[in-house]
Amino acid sequence: MMDTTLEEGHVQWQEAVIERIERQTERVKSFFLRPQTWRSFRAGQHLDVRLTAPDGYQAQRSYSVASPPEFEGLYELVVERLEDGEVSPFLHDVAEVGDAIEIRGPIGGHFAWGPEDGGPLLLVGGGSGVAPLMSIVRHRAAVSRDVAVVLLQAARTWDNVIFREELIGRDAAEANFTLLLSLSRDTAHRPQDYGRRIDASLLNISLARLGTAPRLTFACGSNAFVEAVTGYLLDLGSDPKTIRTERFGG
Amino acid sequence: MATRGFTGKTSPADYADRIPPGQSRTDGFPVLSAGPTPRVSLGDWSFTLKIGPRPVMRWTWEELTALPQTKMTRDIHCVTKWSKLNTPWRGVLIDDILAEAGLTSLPDYTLAHSFDGYSTNVPTADLIGGKAMVATHYEGQPLTPAHGGPARLLVPHLYFWKSAKWINALQFLERDEAGFWELRGYHIYGDPWREQRYRGDQ
Repeated sequence: MMDTTLEEGHVQWQEAVIERIERQTERVKSFFLRPQTWRSFRAGQHLDVRLTAPDGYQAQRSYSVASPPEFEGLYELVVERLEDGEVSPFLHDVAEVGDAIEIRGPIGGHFAWGPEDGGPLLLVGGGSGVAPLMSIVRHRAAVSRDVAVVLLQAARTWDNVIFREELIGRDAAEANFTLLLSLSRDTAHRPQDYGRRIDASLLNISLARLGTAPRLTFACGSNAFVEAVTGYLLDLGSDPKTIRTERFGG
Repeated sequence: MATRGFTGKTSPADYADRIPPGQSRTDGFPVLSAGPTPRVSLGDWSFTLKIGPRPVMRWTWEELTALPQTKMTRDIHCVTKWSKLNTPWRGVLIDDILAEAGLTSLPDYTLAHSFDGYSTNVPTADLIGGKAMVATHYEGQPLTPAHGGPARLLVPHLYFWKSAKWINALQFLERDEAGFWELRGYHIYGDPWREQRYRGDQ
């Protein structure tokens, strides 16, 4: 499938102003960027961010867009502060509302979903890997609520669950959306959640919630997380061609 | 445009000329894949050369790894912004595979195919002359599945998505045909020194 949303303009660098910064968890903040030229995109795509030092040195990173295409004019990026990082500590500790940074995109034609892709969908996120999945969850709520979605989200603790209140609210309000939390270092705070790491049985439960085999599965998180999740899914008989992955770290 | 308050981490100056624009050096070895790591047993493994739709020669694992072994230590550059220096590989040069097949005159373009359905295009000239190999070992050990084992293409002078993991065929073509990521917005050639990340980059 061609990436039909891609135009030449998508790869041009442009300035974007940080319009709002929201703390999500102890180590995660959302940055709302207002670019000079906002373009629509497919839920799940990423932006490239570029920072330039006074001596001309530049650092680039990619961040998934967590906002849906309905959220016109802004892109929400979810940034986890990495202790030994270069860009994330700058964004967390130095960048302020009103500052401009350079971006290009959104880009990426594979880890992306639109209503034409249909459902049901299994979304599996580890930590800040929820970011592109959040864009899919929000976009689906706006355009095709008949598409059944289960989001199995892993976090260390209840307080580490990014977008927790919004996700719980959607779980309650949206008939075809189910949130299951897997907390590796905490107890379950809701009856449907689990106080353990994602394993084959949690994935089996998630698949059972969907009722029918997912048309697509999106798994995003650290490489170790995605490798484990996709290994369990293959063991459970999922068709590898229906599984899309995005990995970070290493 | 300078970014207010950004100075960057001190980068070791002695490596600066080996890090392409927009890249950062890593000591780790991140894994990026479009889907699950396929489970390929050595018994089921095979590698095929094709010209157009026509298979020319096919090797089992034992046959391919019996070809001359070459070591290659290179810097690698991933389009997701990391570069890793001095990565040590071992495998079979594409030159040696072509010699074994008795192929001398080849079409200008190549599409590399993988067990998981992935593909990527590389000009044939970028695969020959000692520039590329089918790599089976990394740091002296068999290549792990997450890094493309049993065997991956290694074309270290291009962005690393061109070094197709889990390779099972090279298909030579008269005209350039875009592969998996190239159809999804990534650059048709992918030279890290010209920062050819996305379609539309010069």
